Amino acid sequence: MAPRLPLHSRLRNRSLQLWWTIAWSLLAAVATTQDATAFEDSMAQRTAACTACHGEQGRAGPDGYYPRLAGKPAGYLYNQLLNFRDGRRHYGLMTRMVDLLSDDYLMEIAQYFASLQAPYPAPAAIGRPVAPQVLQRGRELAQRGDAPKNLPACAQCHGERLTGVQPRFPGLLGLPVDYLIAQLGGWKTGERRAHAPDCMAHIAQRLSDADAFAVVTWLASQPVPTDSAPAPAPAVEAPVAPDLTCGTAPWPEGATR
Amino acid sequence: MKHAIRLLLALAALALLVAGWLWQHNFNDGVALDAPTVAAPPTPTVLERGAYLARIGNCLACHTARGGVPGAGGLPIATEFGTVYTSNLTPDDATGIGRWSAAAFWRALHHGRSADGRLLVPVFPYTHTTLLTRADVDALYAYFQSLPATQAPTPAPALRWPYGTQAALAVWRALYFKPGELAPDRAQDTRWNLGRYLVRGVAHCSACHATRDRWGGADWADLSGNTLKGQGWYAPSLLDPAQASVAHWPEAEVRQLLRTGVAPQGQASGPMAEVVLHGTQYLSDEDLDAMTGYLRGLPSTASNRAAGAQARPTDSRLSQIGARRYAQHCADCHGVEGQGQAGAYPALAGNRAVTLAPIDNLLQTVLYGGFNAATAGNPRPYGMPPFLLTLSDAEIAAVLTHIRTAWGNQGSAVTPLDVHTLRAAALRTAKS
Repeated sequence: MAPRLPLHSRLRNRSLQLWWTIAWSLLAAVATTQDATAFEDSMAQRTAACTACHGEQGRAGPDGYYPRLAGKPAGYLYNQLLNFRDGRRHYGLMTRMVDLLSDDYLMEIAQYFASLQAPYPAPAAIGRPVAPQVLQRGRELAQRGDAPKNLPACAQCHGERLTGVQPRFPGLLGLPVDYLIAQLGGWKTGERRAHAPDCMAHIAQRLSDADAFAVVTWLASQPVPTDSAPAPAPAVEAPVAPDLTCGTAPWPEGATR
Repeated sequence: MKHAIRLLLALAALALLVAGWLWQHNFNDGVALDAPTVAAPPTPTVLERGAYLARIGNCLACHTARGGVPGAGGLPIATEFGTVYTSNLTPDDATGIGRWSAAAFWRALHHGRSADGRLLVPVFPYTHTTLLTRADVDALYAYFQSLPATQAPTPAPALRWPYGTQAALAVWRALYFKPGELAPDRAQDTRWNLGRYLVRGVAHCSACHATRDRWGGADWADLSGNTLKGQGWYAPSLLDPAQASVAHWPEAEVRQLLRTGVAPQGQASGPMAEVVLHGTQYLSDEDLDAMTGYLRGLPSTASNRAAGAQARPTDSRLSQIGARRYAQHCADCHGVEGQGQAGAYPALAGNRAVTLAPIDNLLQTVLYGGFNAATAGNPRPYGMPPFLLTLSDAEIAAVLTHIRTAWGNQGSAVTPLDVHTLRAAALRTAKS
């Protein structure tokens, strides 16, 4: 027999139930009135399957797992879509989504999300207190790197303001700490890959766990600047470091830059 | 004692006879591997024919791993007996078919034996390629030999014992495999004969659509539907008007389905979408027309799978939840009345794929969502979100029951247990 709960707790449960019922009825009512939404042949409609998880306009999902798409460089998004389709990144649901799509259409989807400008939320508080020297180390790595450890600064590729660089370096701000940790970890273990030569894999493998935590924590605690647009493409793309070049997919023929 | 010895001797003799017959049946095809048969170098016409057949026969799609070199193999094929990896068809000497003669290649497709003489696992559909003409096989050989040689060892098959053994394969072949080409049917016209050659041979439709027995064997002329146990999809009957028969479709719509993956009364999803994307969209006008004619001319037979499932009463509480979830998650695209949106989202009212007795495909669609194949004729498809993480088994059962019974649909109810069972299977077989 289940233990009998104290009275106040039972009452709370009951009132909670009542609130749920009301909330559901309201939701159902809203859903019914929205049924009449007119169909429109637009990229927003064609990518409704993406925004179901990645949030309205690709602003990111609610739980920190589905990253933001809006405003990221088109080349970066395109590379990721190909990575999922061609087995360099692994997430079953994402692979199934892009499995039957062509390079051209994936580029169109990438360019659509890249063109969306949506405001960023304020950075979420990090679950536990972080020592100031950890944040200090994170900032140092992000902005200046660590030459003795052969680690370039994040800013060297991802832009001085860390909002990314056209056409294919993503911004690093405005991303949840869990997502950043998962990605760096994925790169360290080879679970996440990019086109060869995979520069980010080399960098992640050189990062110690403590340094990875420091840089990720610092990045996740930074506010996104008002102008969150990626920096324009440099006239000449300099290699990251003498021994680090970054691979990418060729731009599909016919797609505009 | 004497009797026992006699009996033992008789049994031994019988076993020897059976083994001898099996040997004769499987290994005595008499193909001379060094016979010089192909004129070298192949003409551009032959190479073009080979490339065309490799596409429409889905050779390339299967013999290419995700993101891998075309033709270099390595794609895992899951079956209920275990997993087999497709082989490297590029002319690499060590890991591909660089050292294979044209006769060895012919023997593989026609008799199902490898260059080293071993019996091949029938996941490679030699049950169907045996129907190919020698000229077509030679064209395929010439085409594969023209690909860039890629070193890519084929992973060993992971079949449960004894399914991968030569003895088991010999018995299976004695039961289910008969080498031989199709004799032209004089009572039918050229178009029908071509259609039959494409459907039964090149495109090997019955590899998925023939009803298989528990040993994976079938009558290879059959197209009455089959559950692809390793993949979690159901290949519907092409004979049953309640499933995927196209006998009553206008010819233009059948052509449209095979060419673009979408048609007014149905669309290709799952493995069939891959077949359209990599194969049938490239059919020549003549071949597409012949295949269409043959498929429309198939006899109409109700599938035995349709019966039995109808009897279950619908739980009214489940239907109510289903209607609510439908309004919340589905109606925006599929319409309040399940009417769909022409050119974008399929109608669910009156849709055979919705009322089909095996619910495997419906469940795959709701759990994983996805886009239609981006074919040349439908290059910017619409998509459906996955509900794997948003809806529980009970909610999915409710919403499926709703769409299978609303708007005049006559499908059977779906229970949470059905969903649970299939979800577990789908998770096991989900591609990653």
